Amino acid sequence: MKAAGFLLLLTGWMLVLSALILLPGGGARAGFLAAGLGVEALGLVLVVRSHLMPRKERP
Amino acid sequence: MQTVVLSEVQTALCVVFLLVAPLALAGVALMCAGLGRSRNAAHAMLAALCVIAVATCMYFLCGAALQGYGDDGGRAISFSGKHWSWAGKGRLLMMGLPVDGSPAFLAAWLGVLSSALAGLIPLGSGADRWRLPAICASTALLSGLTYPLFAHWSWGVGWLAQLGTNYGLGRGYLDAGGAGPIHVVGGLTALALTWLLGARRGKYTSDGMPMAIPGHNAVFVIFGALLALVGWLGLNGAGALLFAGVDPSRIPLIAVNTVLCAAGAALSAAITTRVRYSKPDASLSANGWTGGLAASSACCAFIAPAAALIVGFVAGALVAVSVEMLDLKLDVDDPGGSVSVHALGGLWGILAVGLFGRLEAAGAGQLLAQTVGIATLLGFALPATWVLNWLLNRVVPYRVSAEGENQGMDLYELGAGAYPEFVTHTDEFMR
Repeated sequence: MKAAGFLLLLTGWMLVLSALILLPGGGARAGFLAAGLGVEALGLVLVVRSHLMPRKERP
Repeated sequence: MQTVVLSEVQTALCVVFLLVAPLALAGVALMCAGLGRSRNAAHAMLAALCVIAVATCMYFLCGAALQGYGDDGGRAISFSGKHWSWAGKGRLLMMGLPVDGSPAFLAAWLGVLSSALAGLIPLGSGADRWRLPAICASTALLSGLTYPLFAHWSWGVGWLAQLGTNYGLGRGYLDAGGAGPIHVVGGLTALALTWLLGARRGKYTSDGMPMAIPGHNAVFVIFGALLALVGWLGLNGAGALLFAGVDPSRIPLIAVNTVLCAAGAALSAAITTRVRYSKPDASLSANGWTGGLAASSACCAFIAPAAALIVGFVAGALVAVSVEMLDLKLDVDDPGGSVSVHALGGLWGILAVGLFGRLEAAGAGQLLAQTVGIATLLGFALPATWVLNWLLNRVVPYRVSAEGENQGMDLYELGAGAYPEFVTHTDEFMR
């Protein structure tokens, strides 16, 4: 889950960069930027969840 | 932004700002020490000295080269005829840098201080359990690679700074005082470290419930926050002159906005903690103050004073609420609150430039440029810093042994405590 989360973070960033390079501007670019951020948010949630400790394992 | 040409007045102002900027380092170091346990206080302060020393050496060795300065275009790749400058073209060991008080050398001076400040930020998160050799190794990575890379992207001819020229996004990514390269990069490194180090021993009760471990010296924390304000005025002023090319007539506005951000944030954090816990919390209010300063780094040169107060209020509440949420809900044991203060505060400040910036002909494109900056910090800097530190942890183990943690880092790693004449608390040594 941790690796998937970090990969999603990178993927979201790539989406943002792709939107800059490939789309001319206006709503489509803003939409893709928002989608990229959404993917990053999903990745962040996965990474955070992967670091939650079960109660029994807490130091 | 191309090379900034400074007048004599601007150069003199810049030198004054850079002379007071080290107080930000002193303030953050004091806060880290005060928010940790008393048995680790000397270790925390020595670690701060080591961080500054390692960061300075690494920035001199390769950081300044990677960051670069000037309008040589840097190392660039091209997409559809647009140049994306991803690294500076400087030489190792600052060779070729004119030692004449020129903007390039002043930028290198600022770079040394900024990379050291970025390196100090994770210290608060790793307090009480992070070994000194590992601290030095991790700082070397941050100051020699992560900080200068993102600093190049954010300032000068970097691809983020050029988003306006290349893609018509406002004036490109704007961050006069370095909220992104210094605070968010430092704060995200702190987050990666809390994940790698795990929680402190004694953080959880036997049934797994998190316990509050209060800092040992609230006076250190609050005095550190006050010192930090003076240093921040220097960092924000110097950054605005060197990287945003602002006119000296705007320096008073930058100073007022910096103070307003801090003031609003401290009040907001005090009110939030008063509402939640029925009494204002000293360390959280000081952290709120610093969170406001981190937010001001991005936006101080571009917003009106009223907006600065709003930015500060939001930053303070954000810090107070997120410290508790990270601790209780997300299992992030961050004694210094570095993730909330620097990462969240800095990200909010970057966004605030797009929301409240008073920039000519920037429009909605400015908000998009700031969003691209935030996406880059979260999507590139966080995974990169986690992977680099994970690898380094394999070579130089980060976490001290259980024995060392119980004994305290002062005695275990340094052989002497910070307060040898104080009464020893049984709960600290008789575990």
